[in-house]
Amino acid sequence: MSAVSPQGLAERPAPSEIGSDLGGRGRGGRTDQAFRLLALLAGLSILAILALIAFSTIQKGWPAFSKLGTDYFFGTQWKPRSGQFGILPLVYGTFVVAAIAVVFAIPVSLGIAMFMTEVVPRRFRFGAITIVDLLAAVPSVVFGLWGIRILAPKLDHIFGNGFFRFLGDIPIVGNLFGDSSGRGFMTAGIVVALMITPIITSVTREVFATVPRNDKEGALALGATRWEMIRGVVLPHSSGGITGAVMLGLGRALGETIAVALLIGANPQISANLLGTGETIPAQIARQLSEANGLFRSALIGLGFVLFIITIAVNVTARRLVVVMDRRLKGA
Amino acid sequence: MTTIDLREDADVALHPSSDVRVTTVTMRRRVRNKLATIAMIGAFLVAVIPLGFVLVNVTQQGMKVVTKDFFTNEIPPDTGSADLTNDVLAKYGGTPTTTQQTSSTQLGIGPAIVGTLLTTLGAAVLAIPLGILGAVYLHEYGRKKRLASFIRFMTDVMTGVPSVVMGVFIYSVWVVHYGVDGKSAFAASLALGCLMLPIVVRSSEEMLRLVPDHLREASAALGVRTWRTTTKVVLPAALPGITSGSMLAVARAAGETAPVLFTIGAAYNYNWRFHGGNVSLSQFIYNQAALTGPTALRLAWGAALTLIVIVLVLTLVARAISSRLSIR
Repeated sequence: MSAVSPQGLAERPAPSEIGSDLGGRGRGGRTDQAFRLLALLAGLSILAILALIAFSTIQKGWPAFSKLGTDYFFGTQWKPRSGQFGILPLVYGTFVVAAIAVVFAIPVSLGIAMFMTEVVPRRFRFGAITIVDLLAAVPSVVFGLWGIRILAPKLDHIFGNGFFRFLGDIPIVGNLFGDSSGRGFMTAGIVVALMITPIITSVTREVFATVPRNDKEGALALGATRWEMIRGVVLPHSSGGITGAVMLGLGRALGETIAVALLIGANPQISANLLGTGETIPAQIARQLSEANGLFRSALIGLGFVLFIITIAVNVTARRLVVVMDRRLKGA
Repeated sequence: MTTIDLREDADVALHPSSDVRVTTVTMRRRVRNKLATIAMIGAFLVAVIPLGFVLVNVTQQGMKVVTKDFFTNEIPPDTGSADLTNDVLAKYGGTPTTTQQTSSTQLGIGPAIVGTLLTTLGAAVLAIPLGILGAVYLHEYGRKKRLASFIRFMTDVMTGVPSVVMGVFIYSVWVVHYGVDGKSAFAASLALGCLMLPIVVRSSEEMLRLVPDHLREASAALGVRTWRTTTKVVLPAALPGITSGSMLAVARAAGETAPVLFTIGAAYNYNWRFHGGNVSLSQFIYNQAALTGPTALRLAWGAALTLIVIVLVLTLVARAISSRLSIR
């Protein structure tokens, strides 16, 4: 066994396999087997919890699924008081808020990641990273409180005073920027953008860090400016990883609950007006589940299942993209 | 990508008759480079300025309410209707009575601080040992095995599952089963534990990966069994990193609202037990923010300041530990 293999730790066999005598038979072997089993069970608990989440939400949401059927999944009216549980307005709201958040967060996050990897001097880098990580540490409910008390009144002023009015006369686009009360898709989307910026930034930063130094220095040696180097070397090299990072941010944005619940306006509707009120799946659950009963409760737990499936799908895709990029780099 | 021999280039550059000079970068390219740099700095500021506003606003508003008693007083019940009564009295010329006009000295969030401590403590006790054991399986036993890779992948996916789903999960297996009595600090701990578990597993595995294999091999050469190597050599070596990762997970759990919302119940008095309804800072802020009265709002700002200080201190300490580690 060589002392250090150049491939790195991940390539080497586990020590438990190197000395197979130390992993099983003989005196004290039983303790080792027991410890191994314990560790394995701990690992399996992750899979068990995920399976249980799916199982229990389906089971408790089943009355809504079976009784309402397509009215549940494709209904366009969510009116619990009159017994109408069509989830499409909520699904629509969830995706609109997430889309607004992602559109705002992408340029900002990419800019910050470039700033941190290419512009900031090395000794200030840790400080800059800490500041952006603090943004991730601020609890969602504090963002919600700040948004509803400080930001929403300001945005109401801006939206109401014709910041978008010049757009209002243009057909189609005008529909997107209608009346506003300061709460709604746009306000929620802006706050969620703030909340997902740190995650997109940190993943993008890691992706940028994997760009080979030779390529970057080569571009600079050929006379490229820093921006040309970033555009010509860093960005093409990281496109897959950036897509993965954005998908991770999208997953977070889809599941963001408390800040959105306070800022969205609690009005389940499918409306093109991005400045108007709406409702999202997690916000509706947060608002109603404590007090709900009977079919309404089933419908809400069913919403939990729908959200679970959507975010699992987004996250699996995102992780695949990041892993594929990882493998490509290690293979090269 | 062809590699460039730097020495050859340097020869060209040093040659007196060479055309390669800094001035060959045209004005246009230089301006574009400057603009891009400014845009990057701008992006950083776009994220930092709102953070500054949040911190400053919460501190300003919170400091108006926070006194020494604020942290120990019990929560005044039904701030919403007290605010409403005062409004009505003010409108029709009455004077608010002292009991209704809750003065600053009577406001408090003591029970919510206790509830937050209890739920996070419970979640930490449930999730941290399990998470570290899971990481031990992934890195000490599983490594590249199919099952280990699958668990690792699903752990990453689970970190992306929204916290509200964890709340719905515990609500549907625990609260629906035990009824309203099932709502307790323990049920909230279960939900927060589910949230923390994948974070602890992944951060601990990263830390185990940093422990050099020589240590494991040296221990194995002495004939020490794998489980003893793990508990006596590997885990102590990785301890600072694991502590830091676990603290970050605790900080995240302390600030979470959605999983707690339908699992903790309600309380206005101190409840030091895991059984029975309780109240957490985050859930309290949410409930008060949804009301509109001035008293509710003051309580919300005070609680927000308290929560933000708790979470930021935990985060900064965890980062300090991990930065100390990375320097070594």
